[in-house]
Amino acid sequence: MSIAQDLNRLEEIVRTLEAEDVELDAALALFEEGVARLRAARERLGTAEVKVQTVLEGANGDLRLSDLDG
Amino acid sequence: MTQSLPLSQIAPTDEVWTVSQLTSAAKRVVEGEFMPVWIRGEVVGCKAWSSGHWYFGLRDRGSQVRCCMWSRYSQLAAEPPKDGTEVFVLAKPGIYEAKGEFQLNVTRMLPTAAIGAARRELERVKELLQRDGLFDHARKRPIPALACTVAVVTSADGAALRDVITVVGKRWPCCRLVVVNARVQGDGAVHALARALALVNRIPEIEICIVGRGGGGREDLAAFNSEAVCRALAAVRVPTISAVGHETDVSLTDLVADLRAATPSAAAEMAVADRREVSRRLDDLAARLAGGLGSRTRLAAERLARTRDRLHGAMEAVIRHERHRADRLGAQLDALSPLRILDRGYAVPVRPDGSVLKRRAEFAPGAPFRLRVADGDVPSRVEPS
Repeated sequence: MSIAQDLNRLEEIVRTLEAEDVELDAALALFEEGVARLRAARERLGTAEVKVQTVLEGANGDLRLSDLDG
Repeated sequence: MTQSLPLSQIAPTDEVWTVSQLTSAAKRVVEGEFMPVWIRGEVVGCKAWSSGHWYFGLRDRGSQVRCCMWSRYSQLAAEPPKDGTEVFVLAKPGIYEAKGEFQLNVTRMLPTAAIGAARRELERVKELLQRDGLFDHARKRPIPALACTVAVVTSADGAALRDVITVVGKRWPCCRLVVVNARVQGDGAVHALARALALVNRIPEIEICIVGRGGGGREDLAAFNSEAVCRALAAVRVPTISAVGHETDVSLTDLVADLRAATPSAAAEMAVADRREVSRRLDDLAARLAGGLGSRTRLAAERLARTRDRLHGAMEAVIRHERHRADRLGAQLDALSPLRILDRGYAVPVRPDGSVLKRRAEFAPGAPFRLRVADGDVPSRVEPS
């Protein structure tokens, strides 16, 4: 799940909740999902360091990603 | 006010310069005046020394100037030019103090013929790509707003990559950068770049592709003007940003890419979001989420309160009804009570323990009993027989 997807879903959830025509059970479920997505997005945003990888092509044409330092 | 000076004589008080002072002053003037400039001319008498330095003259119809090109610059140029070769040189004018000679210190040399050929090739490729619609505005795809995986096609040890990593690290550290190493100049650069761009299409999850290099001379950017690289760039399946660090020149990849950036750093800024902005957006969403649920529960609470009121009302009605019924039943019960019969003049004999005496046989002669009448008991005794 990407941050973009989390944010889009969050927008959707908030809009639904704000529309006020949703049952309480459904609203609670949406709220819980929203909290989970919020947490996931915040966790990803909290990543301290950018990950740099380099791609290498093997002799048989397959690709391999390896981490690059710095 | 002036008198003609006695040029034929020199007085002891006159200020006299040494030759060194003169050349030194001239050097200051000349070298302070000029920035490196491009000069066009014809090479004459080029001598390449074993040290690698080149010495030659540069002339046109009206004038000639001495030039020197140190080995660290001459080794970048191919061959020492033959007499009569027309060239462009990038040089800083100066004075060679030991000989008091005006000379050019050349840092770059390009045969004009090569430039002409390069320009013609550029025009040819540009026309071809234009005809095939590779520059069409309609082709341009928007850059995804929150990309988390970005491919960077450039030299793995170049300044461009370092700049991209620095900017992305600051703005959007949750990003993953996948470096596809490629030569960006010199022999094989065209092939390497085209191949690297094709490779990008085979790496999963890539959302944006940056292709570029740091600033360089015009001919260093040749690969970015090549047909093969441009076509490979157009075939990349994700939105592309071209970042060929040369502010004044537009390369053909700049025209083919979905977005053009002046430098690799600028490309990185365009490619990724700013963590602080997204964080603010999350805060806003969190507040709205809480507010949304709050209003939703408030609504539910209100409904609950209304239900409770109705329930309460209904219960009261039931209770009222039951109370009436109880009252009615009580009245009926009352009417049936034997105590009410006493009101009408009946009396009930009871033993001291309260049990009723119903038969003659139960009245033992001389036995005490009580006679219950409407307003109380009367102590009584059976007549002795």
